[in-house]
Amino acid sequence: MSNKINTAKLVLEDGSEFTGIAFGYNRNTNGEVVFNTGMVGYPETMTDPSYCGQILVCTFPLIGNYGVPGYERENGLLKYFESEEIHCRALIISDYSHNYSHWNAKRSLDDWMKEHKIPGVYGIDTRMLTRKLREKGTMLGKVVVNENEPIDFEDINKLDLAGQVSIKHPVEYSRSKKRIILVDCGTKNNIIQAFLKRDITVIRVPYNYDFSQEKVNGVLISNGPGDPKMCKTTIENTRKAMRSGIPILGVCLGSQIMALAAGADTYKLKYGHRGHNQPCNEMGTKRCYITSQNHGYAVNSETLPEDWREWFVNDNDGTNEGIIHISKPFFAAQFHPEASPGPDDTEFIFDMFLRALK
Amino acid sequence: MIKRGKPKKVLILGSGALQIGQAGEFDYSGSQAIKALKEDGITSVLINPNIATIQTSEDFADKVYFLPIQVDFVEKIIQKEEPDSILLQFGGQTALNVGVELYEKGILKKYNVKVLGTQVEAIQATEDRLIFGNKVTEIGLKIAISKTAKNPEEAVAAAEKIGFPVMVRIAYALGGLGSGIVNNKNELLEKATRAFSFTNQILIEESLYGWKEVEYEIVRDKFNNCITICSMENIDPMGIHTGDSVVIAPVQTLSASENFKLRSIGIKLIRHLEIIGECNIQYALDPNSDDYRIIEVNARLSRSSALASKATGYPLAFIATKLALGYALNEVVNIITQETSACFEPALDYVALKFPRWDLQKFRQVSTQLGSEMKSVGEVMSLGRSFEEVLQKAIRMLDIGMNGFVGNNIVFEDLDTELSKPTDKRIYAIADALREGYTIDRIYELTKITKWFLYKMQNIIEAEKKLKGKRLNDISVNLMREAKMNGFSDIQIGQLTDTSELEVRIYRKALDVIPVVKQIDTLAAEYPAQTNYLYLTYHGRENDIPLGQKNQIIVLGSGAYRIGSSVEFDWCCVNAVMTLNKLEYNTIMINCNPETVSTDYDICDKLYFEQLTFERVLDIYDKECPEGIIISMGGQIPNNLALKLHNAGINILGTSPLQIDNAEDRHKFSQILDRLEVDQPEWEELTSLKEAKEFARKVDYPVLIRPSYVLSGAAMSIVLSDDELEEYLRKASEISHDHPVVISKFITDGKEIEADAVAENGNLFCYAISEHVENAGVHSGDATIVLPPQRTYLETMRRIKIITKEIAKELNITGPFNIQFIAKDNEVKVIECNLRASRSFPFVSKVLKINFIEIATKLIMGEKIPKLDKSSFDVDYVGVKAPQFSFTRLKGSDPILGVEMASTGEVACLGDDFNEAFLKSFLSTGYRIPKRSIMLSTGTLKDKADFFNETKMLYEMGLKLYATKGSAKFLNEHGIKAEVLNWPLEDLEPNVMTYLNESKIDLVINIPKSHEKDELDNDYIIRRKAVDMNVNLITNIQVAKRFVKSLVRFRTEGLPVKSWDEYN
Repeated sequence: MSNKINTAKLVLEDGSEFTGIAFGYNRNTNGEVVFNTGMVGYPETMTDPSYCGQILVCTFPLIGNYGVPGYERENGLLKYFESEEIHCRALIISDYSHNYSHWNAKRSLDDWMKEHKIPGVYGIDTRMLTRKLREKGTMLGKVVVNENEPIDFEDINKLDLAGQVSIKHPVEYSRSKKRIILVDCGTKNNIIQAFLKRDITVIRVPYNYDFSQEKVNGVLISNGPGDPKMCKTTIENTRKAMRSGIPILGVCLGSQIMALAAGADTYKLKYGHRGHNQPCNEMGTKRCYITSQNHGYAVNSETLPEDWREWFVNDNDGTNEGIIHISKPFFAAQFHPEASPGPDDTEFIFDMFLRALK
Repeated sequence: MIKRGKPKKVLILGSGALQIGQAGEFDYSGSQAIKALKEDGITSVLINPNIATIQTSEDFADKVYFLPIQVDFVEKIIQKEEPDSILLQFGGQTALNVGVELYEKGILKKYNVKVLGTQVEAIQATEDRLIFGNKVTEIGLKIAISKTAKNPEEAVAAAEKIGFPVMVRIAYALGGLGSGIVNNKNELLEKATRAFSFTNQILIEESLYGWKEVEYEIVRDKFNNCITICSMENIDPMGIHTGDSVVIAPVQTLSASENFKLRSIGIKLIRHLEIIGECNIQYALDPNSDDYRIIEVNARLSRSSALASKATGYPLAFIATKLALGYALNEVVNIITQETSACFEPALDYVALKFPRWDLQKFRQVSTQLGSEMKSVGEVMSLGRSFEEVLQKAIRMLDIGMNGFVGNNIVFEDLDTELSKPTDKRIYAIADALREGYTIDRIYELTKITKWFLYKMQNIIEAEKKLKGKRLNDISVNLMREAKMNGFSDIQIGQLTDTSELEVRIYRKALDVIPVVKQIDTLAAEYPAQTNYLYLTYHGRENDIPLGQKNQIIVLGSGAYRIGSSVEFDWCCVNAVMTLNKLEYNTIMINCNPETVSTDYDICDKLYFEQLTFERVLDIYDKECPEGIIISMGGQIPNNLALKLHNAGINILGTSPLQIDNAEDRHKFSQILDRLEVDQPEWEELTSLKEAKEFARKVDYPVLIRPSYVLSGAAMSIVLSDDELEEYLRKASEISHDHPVVISKFITDGKEIEADAVAENGNLFCYAISEHVENAGVHSGDATIVLPPQRTYLETMRRIKIITKEIAKELNITGPFNIQFIAKDNEVKVIECNLRASRSFPFVSKVLKINFIEIATKLIMGEKIPKLDKSSFDVDYVGVKAPQFSFTRLKGSDPILGVEMASTGEVACLGDDFNEAFLKSFLSTGYRIPKRSIMLSTGTLKDKADFFNETKMLYEMGLKLYATKGSAKFLNEHGIKAEVLNWPLEDLEPNVMTYLNESKIDLVINIPKSHEKDELDNDYIIRRKAVDMNVNLITNIQVAKRFVKSLVRFRTEGLPVKSWDEYN
């Protein structure tokens, strides 16, 4: 509480500025400004590798309430986080809770961000900012904490973001004889945990790893940051795998990569889907699931080849939320069945994948 | 979309009178249900004796029955109307209980009526704790350890097994009636005995005191789509009833994994229970781990669902109706955005805080401690973008004289006790404790309130410290903004800087510190939304929407429901707004009560869910620049603002605020009456005991005394002697030049008469005169009211009409007004006059079928409307409005009528004659026709004689009469056999207490000997026992006489069942 008040600002590429108060680490940064409408889950969200390169705006105003949990591990993975690092480049919020309380908290959000060298700004009219991003689309931005330190805008979508967040060498998490390859384009820990919980051995490989020689029962292409078209090798590897007929599941970026591998196209959404309340209709049924999402790109369903179908469609804006092959065990969800943070309505997709494993 | 099996005619059960635990929220849910049916072209038939509701208005249900919500009446209506389906989820616990009874008695099956939405088996599974427990555990979920008991001995055995303290719960109880934590065997025995008078089964559970309490609102369709609409966290821990807890939405101190775990558990259980429509689930959560217990599921719309609906903007009741009809969630459009689907979970970008309103000081002898039985009578909800902001706003919204979390004139003697034994004042004790340097840890230990909330409260105290002692001009822009972001009002800042509210306002505006308007759009701005649902916050830079459209009119709402102001004023507000809509004005509603229809998304063009304070109304006025404000519909809050707003240069529509002041100011009003040569009871404003005594002797006791400054206890009282006067002034008030008391002559055996009227430029346009059944001395809000009058002389009526006309002219009234008269032997005196709509406007409008508010609104707006035909005031049937009391819930309170209002709600029924309408109304408020026995203690000799004829009638009906000694003696002397029961304090058998305990008495008629007495005497004990044992009680002689007369008439015939439109 003894913090000296330090103003900071968020500058957008259209020239608009939002001034607030600095917290977290004291340095300037840049990135793509996106908003997330989830009302809880900042530790999980900020460590989700899909936010790599992004400046994260929380639409929910009160952040930091329950602090940040400890670094306990389960299966070698951090238990309460989605990866080892904070991946967003900065956090923009309205009202920061200097004091937190939770039985499981070990440090404040502020301290945690300092530890990971992530700056934050609070006291921002995040609703105004969100409306701007909604109307004008996702924008580049920079966070200026220190006026004397120069910083420019950077278009992160031109970067090989998946490469940045993917592991560098394969890791095996052993369980039963059933094995899957997890192509790590920036996977969340909970995807791995979901399969370990189901007693499946997970071989986590780098995003550009050629897994065609591996003896496994299925392939899972993970979520991850950025433009799917940047993952050229992954698309190529996926295409190869499809030829072999091995069961493939895609999640988020993985879904886009599968679509591209199948010959369909993807495009950038105006401001993406980031939140825990996205309704997705399962085509041909009256079922609608509430899903956790975090993506800025989407599959153009009109470009799907003939033997592919739309599996899920967003009930709000009609965009594609999942694809499925009519005869082969290839299917993908644009949303996050592993939740964390978010509702677990669609975890059944992992079970479907399990049943498909040869 | 659904094609097959869609119902054609649906019966909806309402919730009846407002009472503690079941209030205005059911007008909201029922109204939305009717709208949803209407949209599908389905005919609706509504049963609800609550005449002041919107749902019973002419443009809502196709047929309305103002009849008791009881199985025999419902069956007759089913017979008559032949509905194919019934909705049970929209009338609270009352409707649910009747629904279950209809099902169990095979009535629904007999008449082939289908239950829409959640089926009765599922309702039973949620209501019966044993079945519920099994349902929860059979899918591996956790519920508090619980054992059933069928008698006190079993209860003790169960408690000893679980270990004290234990929680006692009662099946099928609204608002946790009779529940509570007990610490030892004696406490348990006492509670259990009382409980078994209501039910044959109670639950003994492990105590979860100090655990967090959270709630989720869940909807499910028949295709198994299931979503959670809102999460809510009680700031008060387990142990305080949710209805009495301060609640925030969404949850604030739960991590994502906890939050989504509870969500999944809820969905799993709701699917297992096969609920279709809406329900809510309550959890207890261990503050030290992620352990949880499921507390209960309410398989119906509830107070929490109304709150959730208003907190999120998601129209829960409307959607629930659609789901009950068979729609899938993703087939229903999100009415708020008009763009997205109803199948989504709202994302909030603000917080909503609910604060309960208690009126415990209105009751004699009642404990102010809070526990697992609900005591609050209303609530407010505040919206904002920080906890500090919503907390301070909410406290101001309560309209109880508190300025916020700080800045209140309240002193605590023992802070530790105030903190650990919560009362309705605990929040202010926390402020005091923080100011006095209590650590957060210590406050947590005493209150078990999650520390995060306490830290936030501390921020307010810190901000207060920064402001304190500063000169206004020394406050920087940043500090001013910080204060405002911490929820400080101009008044609070004025207090701390020793300046006036208006000075702060001017200075603040000069600093450009003004709030911004934000929308509630259900999805955190992710999609554009055409929502009109707005609030103001200082945590923002821009307004969401363009403001200041042409042709706007503001209507001020009525705020929190309380004793004296509830759904009837909401009816007035909604009708005013609907009339303005018809006149093509753009309407703006300001209100802060989540239980209302006026705060529904489709009532007005813009809804400001905001404080009804001078500051906030001005803020909105500044932004919207409306044509004017209507302040005469929302009861006393807007009325009190009238003059202040007028002086601030605001255009008040209707009667001039200067005239309102003339009517409100005793001295001015008195002079006006003198000038008009209209009588009023003699009165004087006095500043010493000596003067008071002299005046009282001059006019002769009894006198009515009302202090202008109340220290404690009842505000108003009737006193009979010098001694009582002295005693009263010593106890209840301070008398001095600064704090004078008003004493007036109390007219005994007078009849009270009310005129509800509308005038245009001083000319009386329409009026309704109704009379009270009770003689003067009973507050008009507690009186049984008859329209048209049945016992008033023509001459009196004529005189009343003339006075009404003269007052309208003198005060140049345009709009609604109400005058209360007292009449005795054709002499008429004016008691008071309100230049606003009154509590009885919906009643008179619906009985006469002339919408007084529509007329008033049109006249206020200068519309020309044709004169009404005189015959329209002359009806061939009778309407009787009866009060609903909630004494059962207010432990210890003396269930007696007096000059202070005590009722929490009302009903009104129509009949072809007085007795019929009277009996229907009384049955609607929970009276039952006595079948076996009546206990009499009929007061003074005069009263005994007065009641003699009726006693004879009861006797002739073959009812067994019990009486206290004096009454029995009197009866036996006059040839009526009555068995003597000994007084409670006599400790001799046969004792009235034993008979009440053993449910041997159907009705107690207890006429108190004096008007106002505070002692815990025999009479009080009898009355209280009757209420505690759920035995009907009558304490007023006029009511008792009428009740007996109507019994005689209808005991054999049965009551006819006619819909509203059949009376003409």
